[in-house]
Amino acid sequence: MARLEEKPSPPGDYPVVVVGSGPGGLQASYSLSRLGVEHAAISQDDSPGGMFRLFPIYERLLSWTKLETPCPVDSREYEWYDHNSLLADEPEQRGVMRDFMSRTFMVPSREDMERGLAAFAERTALQVRYGCTWQATRREDDGRLVLTTTDGDYRCRAAVFALGVTAPWKSPIPGIEDVPHYAEASRDREAYRGKRVFIVGKRNSAFELADGLEEWASKIVLASPRPVAVLSSVRARYLQPYEDWTLGGGTVVLDAAIERIEHRGDEFHIVAEGTTRPGRIELATDEVIAATGFTTPLRDLAELGVQTVGQGRIPALTNFWESEAGSGIYFAGNASQGAPGLRKHGVGSSSPAVHGFRYNARVMARHLAENHLGVRAPRDLVKRKELVSFLLQELTSAPELWAQKSYLARVVWGNGETEILPLADWLDRPRPDCVAVAVEENAAGEIYPAVYTASAGAVSEHLLDPQPLHDFRGAEYQRRLAEIL
Amino acid sequence: MFKLGDVSNGDEIVSSLRGLALFSDLGQAELEQIADPDWERRFKASERVLRKGFTGSGVYVILEGEATVRINGEELARLHRGDFFGEVSALLGSDPAADVIAETSLRTLEVPGPELERFLLGHPRVMFEVLKTEARRLHEALAWRG
Repeated sequence: MARLEEKPSPPGDYPVVVVGSGPGGLQASYSLSRLGVEHAAISQDDSPGGMFRLFPIYERLLSWTKLETPCPVDSREYEWYDHNSLLADEPEQRGVMRDFMSRTFMVPSREDMERGLAAFAERTALQVRYGCTWQATRREDDGRLVLTTTDGDYRCRAAVFALGVTAPWKSPIPGIEDVPHYAEASRDREAYRGKRVFIVGKRNSAFELADGLEEWASKIVLASPRPVAVLSSVRARYLQPYEDWTLGGGTVVLDAAIERIEHRGDEFHIVAEGTTRPGRIELATDEVIAATGFTTPLRDLAELGVQTVGQGRIPALTNFWESEAGSGIYFAGNASQGAPGLRKHGVGSSSPAVHGFRYNARVMARHLAENHLGVRAPRDLVKRKELVSFLLQELTSAPELWAQKSYLARVVWGNGETEILPLADWLDRPRPDCVAVAVEENAAGEIYPAVYTASAGAVSEHLLDPQPLHDFRGAEYQRRLAEIL
Repeated sequence: MFKLGDVSNGDEIVSSLRGLALFSDLGQAELEQIADPDWERRFKASERVLRKGFTGSGVYVILEGEATVRINGEELARLHRGDFFGEVSALLGSDPAADVIAETSLRTLEVPGPELERFLLGHPRVMFEVLKTEARRLHEALAWRG
């Protein structure tokens, strides 16, 4: 018992409880701390890092941390060049990941990322109770939430679940129960030496496996019903197997619905039906790995009204990442993709990645503090005569707007107060006359500023032209924006 | 960045698509190809799905729930499971001429506007069903005017 009491955040009553110590949980805890919101942070793990303690299995991350940039490394603009560090108000705590990057690669290894997150938690003095597993949830008659954990009960007005989308999920293909999930693939690549490997799935984790096994497997086949969306799903870092396929190398990429996987002696037989090109496909392989994705470990939250999307794997969320307005059940981290935003022109948010969800967590913390605890979050003021240049500067360099296109907006209210808000919420909420701007992208891949003006209750959309260098501060933009305002 | 997987054999989206007139002629493999988990969208009652005058929207197929088509708040039509909307603005690259509001909890499949052409050409039976619905809507509009 004495040892339990030495750990921070013992069971008891708190305004807020944060569950999880991956990047989403750490960012939420940090952001609440800087608003002065007392909270307990608990984690089932014994150290910070969340999914980066385990994944990716073989390869480096996809996201960059650049060491040389045109802006100071302790500035807000630098966040644009560093997609892996968490956000800090104190300039000296910004860009923590820089300390873990060599000049060998622009993207960190899994180990680098884990070290960087641990360093952020330590340097910003986050108090997380490790080894404390959330087990069950209930709501009391007074509306408060109670989280039962291995250390005891936590009672709170709002809870932030930063659980990751990290529990292995397998599609119900007959026979798939006999093969390992991506998360269970052997970390020793030697195990695949000279073998034929069939990978179920064609997104990041599938291509990460294929890339990692190229030097070991004798043949690799990847298959799933939909074609590879090269830029959005796989990204350039794991593209070697894709290139080998297009050049007629040893790797094969199939568009096929897998009917069944049969385990016959030392081999597996795959039976599939082509989709993009119909036809029966049958093949034998030595190993099968199900890179079929992950799910959010929601435990009993469905009983408190949490609905899901994406084949039941992601919580369906409001624009402020709450399960339902006023429920006090918030999500941070990868699961914040459950608030899809506008998805204009089919462009999704960056919420499944650190560089997107770190901003969601900061906006969410402010919303939670104001709506559940009556804490007024600070807002900067913009003078009327500086409004045009302020907005154009934000459109040119605000990392929130560039990381979360058509998703987060810079809003300036009529009294000059300004803040970052979810665009979808601002659009549909009754509001006084004011302006919001966002960076947007169309189907042709053009990036341009969007200006939304609210007047007499109605909102109008004004799209400005793209600019080759993405610098929207010039005279023409000033004239056009002044005209709109 | 860990996204959702892309394998959907026998899952709940495939089950929802099966039985809709729009997808009635499709086999299991083709349904699995369409059932992209990234395309599943859920809206709460009174949430706006389609916004009049705003660019970049997609085509929505209702899997569960009801929605209404509204201009300046006035209800013009009520939509149910199997109905689809947003196709006119997505096909023409124009802004929606009306709002569509979720009247109940609403679950949809959204085909993003930029992917509509490839989607329809890749699934000609779906395109034929869409054409039949458009013909019916045109016929009803002409009958109403006449």
